[in-house]
Amino acid sequence: MFRFILGRLLQGLLVLFALYTITFFLAKAMPGEPFTTEKNVSETTKQYLRKLYGLDKPLPAQYIIYPSKIITDRDFGVSTSKGRPVRDIIAQSFPVSLILGLGAMSFAIGIGIPIGIISAVRKNSWVDWSLMAVAMVGICVPAFTIGPLLQILIAANVPGLKVAGWGNPLDFLLPAFTLGLVSAAYLARLTRGGVLEILSQDFIRTAHAKGLSPTRVILKHGLRGGLLPSVAYLGPAFAAMISGSFIVETIFQVPGMGQHFVNAAISRDEFLLMGVALFFGFLIIMMNLISDILTGILDPRVRIGKAAQ
Amino acid sequence: MSYISKKTVKKHLFGILIIFSLGGCGGETAVDQATRDGILIIGNTSEPKGLDPHIVSGVLESNIIGSLFEGLVVQHPSQEGVALPGVAEKWYPSNPDRPDEWIFELRKDAKWSDGEPLTAEDFLFAFRRILTPELASDYAFMLFYIRDAEPFHKSQRAYLIFRNDESFPVKWESLKKVDFGPNEKADKKTFNRKGLDHLTAKELETLQATPSHFNWPESVAVEIRELIVSKSLEFAKSGRDLWELINFGATAPNAHTLKVKLNAPLPFLAEITKHYTWFPVPKHVVLEHGTIGERFTDWTKPANLVGNGAFKLKSWRFNDHIEVERNPNYWDADNVGIYGIRYLPISNLFTEDRMFYDGLLHITYTLAPELIEYSRTHYPEFVRNELYLGTYFIRTNVTREPFTDPRVRLAFSMALDQEAIIDNVLQGGQKPAGGLVPPFGGYPTSSAVKFDPVAAQKLLAEAGYPGGKGLPDIEFLTTDKESSKATAEAMQAIWKKHLGANIKIKQMEWTSYITNMFDKNYDLAAGGWIGDYMDPLTFLDMWMKDAGNNRTGWSSETFEKLLAEAGQTSDPQARYALLAKAESLFLNERPILPLYWYTRNYLIHPDVKGWDPLLLDNHPYKFLKLQRDTGAMEN
Repeated sequence: MFRFILGRLLQGLLVLFALYTITFFLAKAMPGEPFTTEKNVSETTKQYLRKLYGLDKPLPAQYIIYPSKIITDRDFGVSTSKGRPVRDIIAQSFPVSLILGLGAMSFAIGIGIPIGIISAVRKNSWVDWSLMAVAMVGICVPAFTIGPLLQILIAANVPGLKVAGWGNPLDFLLPAFTLGLVSAAYLARLTRGGVLEILSQDFIRTAHAKGLSPTRVILKHGLRGGLLPSVAYLGPAFAAMISGSFIVETIFQVPGMGQHFVNAAISRDEFLLMGVALFFGFLIIMMNLISDILTGILDPRVRIGKAAQ
Repeated sequence: MSYISKKTVKKHLFGILIIFSLGGCGGETAVDQATRDGILIIGNTSEPKGLDPHIVSGVLESNIIGSLFEGLVVQHPSQEGVALPGVAEKWYPSNPDRPDEWIFELRKDAKWSDGEPLTAEDFLFAFRRILTPELASDYAFMLFYIRDAEPFHKSQRAYLIFRNDESFPVKWESLKKVDFGPNEKADKKTFNRKGLDHLTAKELETLQATPSHFNWPESVAVEIRELIVSKSLEFAKSGRDLWELINFGATAPNAHTLKVKLNAPLPFLAEITKHYTWFPVPKHVVLEHGTIGERFTDWTKPANLVGNGAFKLKSWRFNDHIEVERNPNYWDADNVGIYGIRYLPISNLFTEDRMFYDGLLHITYTLAPELIEYSRTHYPEFVRNELYLGTYFIRTNVTREPFTDPRVRLAFSMALDQEAIIDNVLQGGQKPAGGLVPPFGGYPTSSAVKFDPVAAQKLLAEAGYPGGKGLPDIEFLTTDKESSKATAEAMQAIWKKHLGANIKIKQMEWTSYITNMFDKNYDLAAGGWIGDYMDPLTFLDMWMKDAGNNRTGWSSETFEKLLAEAGQTSDPQARYALLAKAESLFLNERPILPLYWYTRNYLIHPDVKGWDPLLLDNHPYKFLKLQRDTGAMEN
């Protein structure tokens, strides 16, 4: 187990390095520079700005300086568009996204998995079809439609709920629901598929034959294997949810991390861009690792010890 | 990940836990409560880049800085172009016939929010700081009216060394073509790229040893080259600051008097000092956290920020809100009408408008064009449509066919059916632009730009393109906003209909769009300009040959002569007449095609009293009042 985790962590480092390289060169390939503005900024001023941010150095030097500063000083550079350290920006926005992501995740699991199980148990009945139809809608309708609809139909009419803003505990309900909806729909379909596959296997028939109650068969034996596809999906999905969503954040005015991915690219803020990309990469790697470990625990067929060799 | 405070995480988790213990709360909206508390809640589009008046350059930052700092004079709450006393009690030119030197008498009771006295020294420090090249302020050029501000900010070392040196053998003007400043296009291996004035002592020594590192224009004699290099080296080695070489225009005869000597007469200097680039910064606080030229210091952090405005910083949650509260040390604290302002960085227009209708905001930053009609029908009492000091226009690239020919430019301008675009596409009550400078004050507004498709077709035929025959495909550069696309498509159809021109729309995200415009990589490009201060010059001087925002390739010596002449004219009416003549010349050549004069559409709650239309939208917050307007928002 230890060797497996160590191996995956080393792999993760390589992935992060590749991610950094790609982001760095893509950022450099974009036309314009962070100091391109409408204002009448003189060449002299631009020269001083480049020097200030270390952008006057040759490309190979810049390529090496950024990661070394992260390693030695945990310094992710200063955002050119926000005028403050990237580290502070992530430190301020990530907790918000984490809360929102956890809420979205709870919605997704709390709605998606029960729907999936019910659909599987009532296979090919009207219950199954209608639930799956709803799930399909959930997958297809984008957040920028659901969000405003929730604002207009629910927030504007339910006392205590605000259309947007972040400060009161209730503020998190609608954005979390919007963010979690797509995942809930995916989870419902994945769970249905997974559970159905398991329910058709011999050991389930044996369990039934031995006289176990149907609930026990489904929840104990069916679900254990049936959840595997969902668990594999949840790792990266969770990482995506807690690193924020540009759309949900701008619709509901949530001070999370998602908007920085888009805004940093638009404003050529390469330090912020690389900072959030690396942070997101790190989250994905960790979540994938956790989901792999969980899969191992759920599914005895996956021999973690062997996989590492 | 350890830098994410555990406390913050815990705080938020706790929040979730208590969600379910809260019941629904009734009736009163956030705005109702805020009105009672005297707190104005206002939409402000985005998170500010900072609160240092010398580093930011945007409107949204200026909205916040206007509450935290105060300049020499203050904008009148309802009268355009009228200045009320700010830090200065009185201001007047030394010689009223030639207003190129101004005296500002500062009030003796002016204080910083930490209680320290505010003196003329703070202004001098602020001026020097924004001009310090290392600070790299985007907006330093707003102070270039002051004598010697420009050569100092641009680090014109050689010029400053030799300008008073009578033994220097040639006229300085003859060295115009030398790369004293940075030259982007120069060979990377030469010092031209960095510019002679920016070379360090070590680099100058290298240059002395190997003169081929720097390309001089042929016309400059070798002994002059050597003289410039050796004197520059001598200065660089001495470790002196360029500040010592200049005769800076701003001085402080005593602690409460500020004297500003300008390059030329400027009857409207007070108007310019309303801009935040002219605001004082607290010398004692700035220097406590760093040096004068240091950009990233902690002096504007919430715990350290000290200002002199009617308000001071109360709380700042990144991307969530900034709140300011009354500053008890403000000289006019007794007359401040509200208790605080809460700025919300709401970037999504629809979200902002929905928040307004949900009772979460007193004033929106803007009203989404798609919601103007809806708002006018359902909430007419909240909708405001006001003229704004800005012009929307289309740049032509006069270095590329077919726009090298002024007749083609005129034809394209005359074929633009401004009213049809405003009524059917923009729908924001904009005004068809008759010229470049929007209407204001005593300036004679131009009406040269008119829709006349017949004359346009005639001109196009004269230029050799009858009915559009022979016109190449024309690339129209615009931004990636949905509204930009709609406007561009309308113009595309109009030019096709009236001129038979084939327009290809090229939408680009903001920075690419700007970059392409800078590089003159376009035929037509959408653009606009918002005035920095109340004077036609803010719209005219950008079309001079070397102005950074020209980007059309157009220039005219007569135009620049007229501007220079206006610059030396003290009488306001005579000066306006000269500027109007320059504008008329510009419009005859029409390097840009004016489309409309901006309006601002926004929503405002009737509880807000004293928010009157202002062309620059620079409302002085201290005059505002919040009073419950019964009957509002009941529908």
